[in-house]
Amino acid sequence: MLISEQKPFEEILDYVTKDRVIFLIGCKGCADGCESGGERQVLEIKKRLEEEGKAISGFSLIDMVCNEALTRMKLAAYAEAIESADSVLVMTCGAGIQTVASSTHKVIHPGCNTISSGHAEWKQAERCIECGDCVLEFTGGICPIARCAKGLLNGPCGGSQGGKCEISPNLPCAWQLIIERHSKIGSLHMLEEIILPKNWDPSLRDGSPTQRG
Amino acid sequence: MKAGSNLEKVLEEGYFAVTAEVGPPKGTLAKVIQRKGELLKSYCDAMNVTDNQTAIVRMSSLSGCILLKEMGIDPVMQMVVRDRNRIAIQSDILGAVALGIRNVLCLSGDHQRFGNHPTAKGVYDIDSIQLVQTLKTMRDEKKILCGEGISGEVQLFIGAVENPFADPFEYRVMRLAKKVRAGADFIQTQAVFDVGKFTKWMEMVRDQGLDKQVHILAGVIPIKSVGMARYMRDNVSGISVPDEIVTRMEEAKDVKEEGVKIALEIIDQLKEIDGIHGIHIMAVAWEDIVPVIVERAGLLPRPIL
Repeated sequence: MLISEQKPFEEILDYVTKDRVIFLIGCKGCADGCESGGERQVLEIKKRLEEEGKAISGFSLIDMVCNEALTRMKLAAYAEAIESADSVLVMTCGAGIQTVASSTHKVIHPGCNTISSGHAEWKQAERCIECGDCVLEFTGGICPIARCAKGLLNGPCGGSQGGKCEISPNLPCAWQLIIERHSKIGSLHMLEEIILPKNWDPSLRDGSPTQRG
Repeated sequence: MKAGSNLEKVLEEGYFAVTAEVGPPKGTLAKVIQRKGELLKSYCDAMNVTDNQTAIVRMSSLSGCILLKEMGIDPVMQMVVRDRNRIAIQSDILGAVALGIRNVLCLSGDHQRFGNHPTAKGVYDIDSIQLVQTLKTMRDEKKILCGEGISGEVQLFIGAVENPFADPFEYRVMRLAKKVRAGADFIQTQAVFDVGKFTKWMEMVRDQGLDKQVHILAGVIPIKSVGMARYMRDNVSGISVPDEIVTRMEEAKDVKEEGVKIALEIIDQLKEIDGIHGIHIMAVAWEDIVPVIVERAGLLPRPIL
């Protein structure tokens, strides 16, 4: 199971500052088990966002959001509610968030940090390496930590050529994908901001994050 | 003056700057650096010492810079984020400034997979833009990344690189703007062979007014052989060599002379581009040719400030 925890509400609120209408997505898989993005948490977030004056155009709970085919199918039923929203808040692990990003042209916001365990890989693309400090808010829902060979937060480096990474012609340049995605959803300006050095402390590499405290 | 280095003075006073690259040895012989320093001393305003370029272990950039400094040369310390975390980087910068290094060039670094230790762990704790911003904060606010203060002045002339030949092309100028906002004082570009594409990129740079905010030095690599031309065209990431140049080299009677001619033609064209404030010559394993090129390009004598 992928261990995720909800981002602080203030951080989420900061992400949705400019959005009036929001669509919510939760997961009945790991995020439900972690109590970070199951039905109860989605309803709780809905209530808190409404208290902050946001309108929720709808929400969907999907069995495994990381399953792209399933997610696309489920979201098709909510096409209108999603279309009417300014953004989609995804209360799942990083793999789920990126699956939603590749299934919709809406701006997505991550509602959780993925902190541990089990590689979230769906078929080809490595999607989440559980770094514990999710940056998908800034990178158009595509993870540069998992997918850029240098893990750059302000890429692409000078080695991006024809959409491919310098280390292999088979590896798509994550930053090319991020720029394309931002361009498509009209948020390229977000990349003008310099993303600050990342907090690596919650990363899996320093022992079990659930036991370190 | 931010740092008072020779490079800063040359650029601030409006001269067309010339810098050259000094590759350190895969070994301990100081004389390798000293010999290159002696050879190039009168032909450029500053010398860059590369930082384990192409991820191959070599003498450190800091030591190479000190050896040049001792000879009265203004060194540019190159620093990649591939091999050091934010603790080591800031520590090395403090040490470099203490030893009189005034120019630092910030780079991502070629991926470790290209070097002689492909199984090494790449660090990439911070990226090159964050490095530029860190150095600016150290210099202007006398603070390190965590916000704590540091003692002493941090005189730094901060450099960054940009590759107009990488993709996505339209985004490269936006990324340059980001580097300028982060605090870059000068920019070195990847080697220019495709002058047309470079000119177009510079138009976009000028449209954003970036040429007024940062000194841009265009990269020049003299090509020594047909093999090198082909190798750079086919195998070196981030470099774009048009077929036409490879063909010229293939058909030349005197290959080295043709390489020099191509470099001189490119320099002539670069000099005419608005917003280009100098050139950076990267004569990889062909340092001897730099004096010839600088002289024939009409860039002598170098200003003494």
